[in-house]
Amino acid sequence: MTRINHHLSDPILMAYSAGTLPEAFNLMVASHVSLCDECRARVESFDAVGGAILEDSALEVAAMSDDALAATMALIAGGAVEPAPKASVRKDSILPAPLQDYIGGDLADVKWRSVGMGVKQAILPTSKDASARLLYIPAGAAMPDHGHRGIEMTMVLQGAFIDEGERFARGDVEIADSDLDHTPVADIGEDCICLAVTDGPLQFKSLLPKIAQPFLRI
Amino acid sequence: MDQPLVIKKDTTARSDWISHVERIRDARDQKAFAELFQYFAPRVKAFLMKSGADATLAEECAQEVMATLWHKAHMFDPSRASVATWIFTIARNRKIDLLRKQRRPEPEDLPWGPEAEPDQEDTLVLQQESELLRKALEELPDAQRQLIERAYFGDLSHSQIAEETGLPLGTIKSRIRLALDRLRHAMK
Repeated sequence: MTRINHHLSDPILMAYSAGTLPEAFNLMVASHVSLCDECRARVESFDAVGGAILEDSALEVAAMSDDALAATMALIAGGAVEPAPKASVRKDSILPAPLQDYIGGDLADVKWRSVGMGVKQAILPTSKDASARLLYIPAGAAMPDHGHRGIEMTMVLQGAFIDEGERFARGDVEIADSDLDHTPVADIGEDCICLAVTDGPLQFKSLLPKIAQPFLRI
Repeated sequence: MDQPLVIKKDTTARSDWISHVERIRDARDQKAFAELFQYFAPRVKAFLMKSGADATLAEECAQEVMATLWHKAHMFDPSRASVATWIFTIARNRKIDLLRKQRRPEPEDLPWGPEAEPDQEDTLVLQQESELLRKALEELPDAQRQLIERAYFGDLSHSQIAEETGLPLGTIKSRIRLALDRLRHAMK
């Protein structure tokens, strides 16, 4: 496992554990945690906080109906609802299991669309309160100049990119808020593939991408 | 909320929840299940109501969560979580599924997978730490404990909590951070 230098923040991991994040951000956390043992441990400790609250003696509880236990036993007698069998995970893929799940396959199955200058993207199906997409940036190329409303998180899956003098490699996450006007550039050597999630639409600076924005849904 | 939350005094001993789950797993023990149900179902229901479910939906959903516990008793690993944490994660996932109508992407399983038999010492350490965490949470000043509780059980973002409590956002973030720091400190 490669060394990861840029992690997710505590508030994000805690919100993942509490179950209050938009789906696209959940996908980012699940993907990062798949690659990062440190953040996995932190998520599990936030789960433990959730458990401690559930057991807190000061917690207000809501009385169940009188026949609740009997109803539950009847539910149990009806048998378990079997979850749909999970597609098998390819271990040799650059895509962690949650992403393979959302793509419904491996990298070869991604339906890329060009956004110009050799950069490609594929939007992943999540709830509309935030968006997730894969980005493909040719080695040495720049992401189209963009600012954004809201928070944007970008995690490297393959290759690396440089932004604001810092290098982000596989597993690293860059977290940018709306104040950051940035231009990540893919490192030379290998094409860069990233997962990017944002809770506000991207705003491209140059005219052409701006016109294209509504059509590309970014 | 159409049904008042009733404060119930906690009278059940917690230490043997693991054996309760084991009795359900090994012997389909209905008495063990009834005790777990009595303690946890009203808590799960309260969690779901605070997350925005009405009383009827929360009741139904709490029953489903407890039924899942019965069916999945063989998957519980006491070296990785306390029973309360395990139930919390089941309830949390059900909440996302049902109230938010979303899928919840889960991380890839660790390469070594679940061990056939949980290590005794790992189990002991994990359960002791969970107990420490619970005590640390209970010993937090009320304001901080309630904020942490709201962050988990309210389905509210920090900015929504700010609107409801009238506390400035910076204060809430720093209080939650402070509370977490205190929890960490208490765990040392």
